[in-house]
Amino acid sequence: MPEPKPTLVCYFDTPADLFHACEKLRDTGIKHFDAHTPFPVHGLEKAMGLKPTKLPWIVLACGTTGLFGATLMQWWMSGVDYPINISGKPAAAFQAFVPLSFEVTILLSAFGCFFGLWGLTKLPKFYDPVMKHPSWHRATDDKFFVSIEPAEPKFEEARKILESLGAHEMVEVEP
Amino acid sequence: MSAASAQYAIDIDERDPSKRAPLVLGQDASFPAVTDRVAKIVEEKTPRTWLLFLALAVSLALVLAGSLAKLVWDGLGLWGLNNGVFWAWDITGFVFWIGIGHAGTLISAILFLLRQKWRTSINRAAEAMTIFAVLAALIYPTFHVGRVWLLYWVFPLPNQMSMWPNFKSPLLWDVFAVSTYATVSVLFWFVGLVPDFATLRDRAKTKTRAIVYGILSLGWRGSHRHWLTYEKAYLIFAGLSTPLVLSVHTIVSFDFATSIIPGWHTTIFPPYFVAGAVFSGFAMVVTLMVICRKAFGLENLLTIRHLENMNKIILATGSMVGYAYGMEFFIAWYSGNEYERFAFINRAFGPYAWAYWSMISCNVLAPQLFWFKKLRRSIPVMFAVGIFVNIGMWFERFVIIVTSLHRDYLPSSWSYFRPSIWDISLFVGTFGLFFTLFLLFVRFFPVIAIAEVKGVMPEADPHHHPEADHAATEAAHA
Repeated sequence: MPEPKPTLVCYFDTPADLFHACEKLRDTGIKHFDAHTPFPVHGLEKAMGLKPTKLPWIVLACGTTGLFGATLMQWWMSGVDYPINISGKPAAAFQAFVPLSFEVTILLSAFGCFFGLWGLTKLPKFYDPVMKHPSWHRATDDKFFVSIEPAEPKFEEARKILESLGAHEMVEVEP
Repeated sequence: MSAASAQYAIDIDERDPSKRAPLVLGQDASFPAVTDRVAKIVEEKTPRTWLLFLALAVSLALVLAGSLAKLVWDGLGLWGLNNGVFWAWDITGFVFWIGIGHAGTLISAILFLLRQKWRTSINRAAEAMTIFAVLAALIYPTFHVGRVWLLYWVFPLPNQMSMWPNFKSPLLWDVFAVSTYATVSVLFWFVGLVPDFATLRDRAKTKTRAIVYGILSLGWRGSHRHWLTYEKAYLIFAGLSTPLVLSVHTIVSFDFATSIIPGWHTTIFPPYFVAGAVFSGFAMVVTLMVICRKAFGLENLLTIRHLENMNKIILATGSMVGYAYGMEFFIAWYSGNEYERFAFINRAFGPYAWAYWSMISCNVLAPQLFWFKKLRRSIPVMFAVGIFVNIGMWFERFVIIVTSLHRDYLPSSWSYFRPSIWDISLFVGTFGLFFTLFLLFVRFFPVIAIAEVKGVMPEADPHHHPEADHAATEAAHA
């Protein structure tokens, strides 16, 4: 069994420095790296060269299921299986089904969005090597972290780039 | 940075009205200061006054529990309902609480879509308020069904009677609207809380705290790959919540508008109810925030600018509500329908005139004070107006429900509704539930969205250059 390789973690003081570092890493062709920030830094996905998320498609699929499912359910229950005569109105009155179909569309979309978010981010995951960095508590406070994952072939090159940009507390954390 | 913010001690730069005051003021205008300020509320020793308030709130919540137990035991006859007035304090209380919830969603969703950055300091507490208000609201229809153990009949569940619910009934639409609203609000709120739970986890000094916030944060590590999906999810939630919140009070108003009762059967109800809901909700947010910012020293995060903006919304929605009151009267006259006319003349000058004019004074007159800048920036004035608006909005629902029902088409069933002591104790008790939950929230959860507030600070922009910014400002003024 090969020795597990460490992850390289360091941080910058400002979003601008982090942004610059990510651009450099991206332009060098480094793929297995991540930024850890206390809040979403705008445009950083471009600096990191990330693809847009697939989440909207999940939500669309769930919402569509809700819309058709709820309409079909009401039509079958009210129109076919158990028609009730309310003031002589037609049993399968689609106009009356609109509010409920709408609500179920929203409900399933929201579930899709919520569970899709955690599915795509692979959370909950209660342990990650980056959390071993001695100043990690500042990653959710005021510092802007970069991690280079062990799978990165240009690991040493990445280290040099980060060093040249003045990254603080460069630490290799064991997995 | 701190020098730049000290320059804006006032909220709006008077020299250039297009320049807004920063959203975070003074010594709190840095990332670690924001974290400290908000996290300390959770980490400090339990304040004695908080315990005192919690004891009070829990006692009131026990009044609620007692009233509900008695209600289930004795049945709905416990309330002051009578032949004509089959809806009264229960539905008033339901609409009152659900309306209050609407401001939270407006702040978290609609203001987000409109790119109103000032929402970040108030959205967390407002969303919490939404959830607790919706819970308080749900108590009413739940127990109004009488045999509460059969409540599951409202859901389309296969059963031994081979019956399905009536999907053509607005009351059933209500079930789906309110339960969807409660669920989506909780999900949205939790998503917003996750990064802040991670902050509390990473600051935790005790093992319990590290474990509890660790679990709640789902192991969030601020990865930008996560933020990318997270921000999209946030946007989608805002996009879903916006039509949802409008639909909820629309459907609540359908409970009335689809009936043929004079005073209820009108098309103005949906927009009028939504405006009223936002109005009452903002009044509640202002009332709560004024107390919170004082109690927890959040003046630099929850600035006068935030409060003033909310007061402007109260003024706008209050005026919409006032317009709707006037328009109802106009249509009652213009329709030529004698029942409609009678209902409105009776509303303003009949046995419940006292309630009608209380409503007008609280809802239409009180917010007009906010036309004056000095008054809408004054803490005592906004606190008082907030309370008045909430009283007025309770009366609005009472007036709509009771005045229309106590004079129906059959004069022999006319009567005057008086609440029983149990109507009153139940309503008072819902405040106990609401405040118990809210007090627990302010003590154990981050009361301000830490990550979001940092995100709207000028130095959060990766292209922010403090010196260049300052020079540009100077050049503009030269």
